[in-house]
Amino acid sequence: MAWVTRGMRDGRLTTRWPAQKDGYYDEFATSARLRSDAPALADDEKETAAALCPTGAIAVASQNGETSVTLDRGRCVLCGRCVRLFPDTFEWETGTTRVASEAAALISTGAEQADDLKHLRETLAGKVRNLGRSVFIRHVDAGSDGSDEWEVQALANPVYDVHRLGIFFTASPRHADILLVTGIGAAGMTEPLRRTREAMPEPVVVIAAGADAVSGGLMGRSGYTGGFGAGSIIDVDVWVPGAPASPFALMEGILTAIDRLPSRRRERRGRT
Amino acid sequence: MSAPQSVRTSTATDPAAFTSQVNALVRDGSRFAGLYGTARRDGCELTALLADTDRFTVLRTLVTPDAHGELHFPSLTPHVLAAFWYERAAHDLSGVVADGHPRLDPLLVLIDGEYGRPHPGRAHSSTSVSLRTPPGPVDVHGRGMFTIPLGPVRSGVFESVEFLIETPGEDIPHLNIRPHYKHRGVAKRFEGRSIDDGVLIAERVEGIASVAHALAYSHAVEAMSGAVVPPKARLLRVVYAELERMANHLDVAMRLAEAAGLAVATSRFAWHKESVMRLVSELCGNRFGRSAVVPGGVAGMPSLDLAAAARALRAIHERVRRDAALAMKTPSFLDRLRGTGILPHDRAAEWASLGPVGRASRLEDDCRWRRPTDAYAELPLATAPPILDAGDVQARMLVRWREIDQSAVLVLAALQRLDREPDDSMCATIDLPEGEAFGIGWSEAPQGEVLYAVTVQDSIIRRCFARSASLHNLAAFHEVFRGDVFTDFAFIEASFGTGYAGVAM
Ligand code: SF4
Repeated sequence: MAWVTRGMRDGRLTTRWPAQKDGYYDEFATSARLRSDAPALADDEKETAAALCPTGAIAVASQNGETSVTLDRGRCVLCGRCVRLFPDTFEWETGTTRVASEAAALISTGAEQADDLKHLRETLAGKVRNLGRSVFIRHVDAGSDGSDEWEVQALANPVYDVHRLGIFFTASPRHADILLVTGIGAAGMTEPLRRTREAMPEPVVVIAAGADAVSGGLMGRSGYTGGFGAGSIIDVDVWVPGAPASPFALMEGILTAIDRLPSRRRERRGRT
Repeated sequence: MSAPQSVRTSTATDPAAFTSQVNALVRDGSRFAGLYGTARRDGCELTALLADTDRFTVLRTLVTPDAHGELHFPSLTPHVLAAFWYERAAHDLSGVVADGHPRLDPLLVLIDGEYGRPHPGRAHSSTSVSLRTPPGPVDVHGRGMFTIPLGPVRSGVFESVEFLIETPGEDIPHLNIRPHYKHRGVAKRFEGRSIDDGVLIAERVEGIASVAHALAYSHAVEAMSGAVVPPKARLLRVVYAELERMANHLDVAMRLAEAAGLAVATSRFAWHKESVMRLVSELCGNRFGRSAVVPGGVAGMPSLDLAAAARALRAIHERVRRDAALAMKTPSFLDRLRGTGILPHDRAAEWASLGPVGRASRLEDDCRWRRPTDAYAELPLATAPPILDAGDVQARMLVRWREIDQSAVLVLAALQRLDREPDDSMCATIDLPEGEAFGIGWSEAPQGEVLYAVTVQDSIIRRCFARSASLHNLAAFHEVFRGDVFTDFAFIEASFGTGYAGVAM
């Protein structure tokens, strides 16, 4: 059969990530963030930066009379405006995705930040301890723009091939360990999402993937269809930014959630 | 650029005249392309969009409240079948009632009775969406009839949508489509936004066709400002749009192969699709080509060397071509595609089907040929878009394979011209007139024509009608199931290539 030989002709297509670095991921922007060496912006520049962000990801916080700028990765849709207009202050985050146990931990301040990963592992330890070698994921689209699903589907393609990592997708919520949610959490998906969650046997790890699912992104956060992210409907354990979350970001999120990321990568992730 | 002279606008004196004028235009051969409502102080303005070979007609009327405060107009659907879903959508969003419509059920959103409608075009509206969906209507009555709901949470990794299959067993006598679950209120998301923010929203109306939506939106804005897109930007827009087409068509091929149980073919097509998406991201930083198109032009030159991009594309296309040839010789694949999900030409014409779905049923319309924008008129297009007769899943796939070949030719030619083009400007300034301005714009998405009608008030978006080909085509989806067995569903669904976000809006 001709297909069999065709499958072998092009050699190894599959990434060696996370065991080894992957050049494509290293180049790929997963969010904007504040530069650690950023010079202080003038007050009016701070306001300008905050106003130019289409999702309100950039905020001016004031504490003890000092104002500072923060950037919420969970809201960033990577439009690039801040990086283009204030290149000394904002930069792309590449080669890694900040995965967090609470949405607030996605906020970049430019300063060295306490690593949330330890906290994440402690919180999830009870949930993932009994997972076998294989984990099963049920995906629910709670009001995406459709791009998120393409990226989730891509995990099965030969380049990412998550089966090699023991990750599988399942149609039945009853056999799933992980609930992966994409989309803004649109009003109409409230009940279907809840019902899927309830049909899953405990313990369940819930991942909100992409800015839409984390915060409502650009298409949520207001209006009659709501859309404040998955966390406004069900409890979320792991937050993965991105717009949409790329296949690498999804892999990083899933492996972090089940505590199977090689430790070398965990260390790299300590920075802002 | 959408040249302003290719749009003709007129206003009908009253709703009855409006309906008879639309009916007459369609009878005389115009293609019905959309209908939407805009809230005005004294009622709801209805706008119908009709396409002729090389231009659009925009027809408007004002529907004013009757003695009961209700908004009524004579339905178009009895004479213009393609208006069927649009009238339901306009009822959902703007509260206009199409008198004589065969079934004015909710389509896009279930509104909680006591609250108002979203009323696109009105600055403030209070609306509440009901969180529970009642069980679907049962249209077919008979003994042993049962309803199988497919969705809204699908059995694989898919967008949420519900199909209610009402069946006496193996055959599918009736199919109800309920896309409302993932309704995001897209129309209202545009309102109050700046022109620059608008393109970001457009990219998210139907994320798998981000570039096509960004283009149609930008063309509308450029039409109202008179901006002329610089040559390099025109060429780059073609590059991004055609790569998006290749990725989408490969996605369809992948899903068909998967439905047929061909594991190697599935992963080959998935790999090719990934390769195209990586090429896009190496060019512009985003796998979906987002933030590459801006009103007036493009964000900048690609970060990848043009010769390298051409080399990469040639290699991908060569692999695609060979695998496509093999797929179309694989009996276990073809057996499932041939004769499946037939949309006969006359039915397709009545629904005014767009894109590969229309072209596989001998409908010739393709914006790139008929109403070329950007650099399409300067590039080596074949004499006509690929057209087939059979109207089945196989024909839809064959049309897509030929389009992939055409896309590769276009991208390579555009890359070559980019290299030689001396004018380095990337983006024209958008100057909008004060007060209210209106523009329409279009582009040929992988799914078919995307059409935007944008109204701005002092450079702020007041109303944006974002019509995907997915919405338009899905209305005819139930047509192709007569007599087909249940197991064909996955093939037929994949062959439509629908982006459900663009349907639910
Ligand atoms: S790149 Fe992100 S943070 Fe920066 S302006 Fe755009 S959405 Fe806001």
